[in-house]
Amino acid sequence: MTTDTNKQAAPPSSIRLVLTLAIAGLISGIAIIGIYESTLPTITANKARELREAVFKVLPGVTRMQALVNRNGELVAVEAPDKDEPVIYGGYDETREFVGYAMPAAGPGFQDTIAILYGYKPDEKLVVGMEVLESRETPGLGDKIYKDAVWVAGFNALSVEPEIVAVKKGTKSSANEIDAITGATISSKAVVRIINEAHTAWSSNLPPPGSEPTIQETETANTEAGQ
Amino acid sequence: MKKNESYEEFIKGVWRDNPVFAQVLGMCPMLAVTNSAINAVAMGMATFFVLVGSSFLVSSFRNWIPKQVRISCFIIIIATFVTIADYTLLALVPTVHKELGAFIPLIVANCLILGRQEAFASRYPTRLAVMDAVGMAVGFLIALLSLGAVREILGDGALFGVKLFSVNFEPWVIMILPPGGFLTLGVILLFFNWFKFKKDEFLDDVAEAERRGS
Repeated sequence: MTTDTNKQAAPPSSIRLVLTLAIAGLISGIAIIGIYESTLPTITANKARELREAVFKVLPGVTRMQALVNRNGELVAVEAPDKDEPVIYGGYDETREFVGYAMPAAGPGFQDTIAILYGYKPDEKLVVGMEVLESRETPGLGDKIYKDAVWVAGFNALSVEPEIVAVKKGTKSSANEIDAITGATISSKAVVRIINEAHTAWSSNLPPPGSEPTIQETETANTEAGQ
Repeated sequence: MKKNESYEEFIKGVWRDNPVFAQVLGMCPMLAVTNSAINAVAMGMATFFVLVGSSFLVSSFRNWIPKQVRISCFIIIIATFVTIADYTLLALVPTVHKELGAFIPLIVANCLILGRQEAFASRYPTRLAVMDAVGMAVGFLIALLSLGAVREILGDGALFGVKLFSVNFEPWVIMILPPGGFLTLGVILLFFNWFKFKKDEFLDDVAEAERRGS
C-alpha cells in the first residue's frame, strides 16, 4: 500500500486514466464477444429442443413439426419465421398426416405475462394439451397452473365451442368447462382467457379442416438432423 | 506462517466475518433467490466465480489501476465475469437460469463483491486476495444454501426437488414466498448474534477468572 501511495503521489494524467479505462473496456468487450459466440450454438439448440418437446407434449402422437405463418391470408410453412411474426406450429404423425396445431399464446397473468403453448385439433375443435412456457406466478399458489397435474390434464380434451370457461372446482358439467384451481383462480382464469383470445384471433386465419398445409421434406430432414 | 495467513483469510469469510451473517451484505440475492436449495446453489456458484475471478484480476493489476478510476475498473471487471457467468448458466442449465432470471445480471450490483475489491483485493497480494475471495464466496454459498434448504423443506416439503415427507405434509407456502425469506433470515441472524453474545460473555468470564487468579 505504501509503495502504491508513493507511486501515485502526483495525480496521474487524464490520458492515463482514459487509456486505463479504454483498455479495460476493450479487453472486457473481447471477453464478452468470446463467451457469446461460444455459447450461442448451445443456447439456440436448447431453445429449439425445448420448443420441439413442448409441441410434442401438447399434441399427442406427433413426431414431426413445422412452423406456419399467415401470409396474405394463407397459412404457409416457413423455415425461419420473421422475428415479430405470429407463428403457430403444425404437428404431423409418422405417416406425415396432419394431427393438429400447437399454438403459442401469451397474456397477462397475476404477476407478469404468462406464455403458453396449446395443442388444437381443428377437425374436432378440441384443445388437446397445454404447456406453460413462461410464467412468474406466485410460487406455491399461481404456479399450480403448471405444477398441478389434474389441472394440466384438464386440457387433454377441452372443447373451444363456444369458448372455454373456468368453473369452480368439481362443477365441470360440459365439454367446454374446466375446473379452476383452488388458490389460483386468477392464474387459471388467465390461462383460459389467453387460450380463448388466441383461438379467436387465429380461428378465422386457419384453413378449413382437411386442407392444412402438408409437411415439407426439407423441414423434416432439418429438424431430425438437429435432434 | 504463510500458510496460516492464507488459512486465516479463508476462514474469516466462512465464519467470523461471514458476508451475510456478520456483515449483512448481498441481501438482495439472499432474499430473492433462496426459495429452493438448487437456486441457492446456482446463485452461490455464480457469485463464487465472479468474486474469485474479479479478486484475482483486481489484485494482479492493483499497481496499474490509477486510484481515481479504480471503481470503474472494478465494475468493468466484475461486469465481464457476470456476463460470462450469465451466458454459461444459460447454455448449461437453462431451467435454473430461468428461475434466477434478473438476479444473475444483478450480481454486478452485489455490494459484497465490489466491497471485497475495494477493501481487500486492491490492497493485498494476489494469493491472499484469492484466499479472501474464496472464503467470502464459500461463506456466501453456505448462507444461501442454509436459507434455501430451510425454505424449501418447510415451504415445499422437499430438498433439491426430492420430496421428504408423505403426501400428508401440508406445505408452509409462505416460506417460499418473499416473507419467508425475511422470517428465515431473521431467525438465522438471531441465532448468530446470540452465539456471538454467548461467546463474548464466555471470553469475558475467562479474562475475569485469569485476572483474579494472577
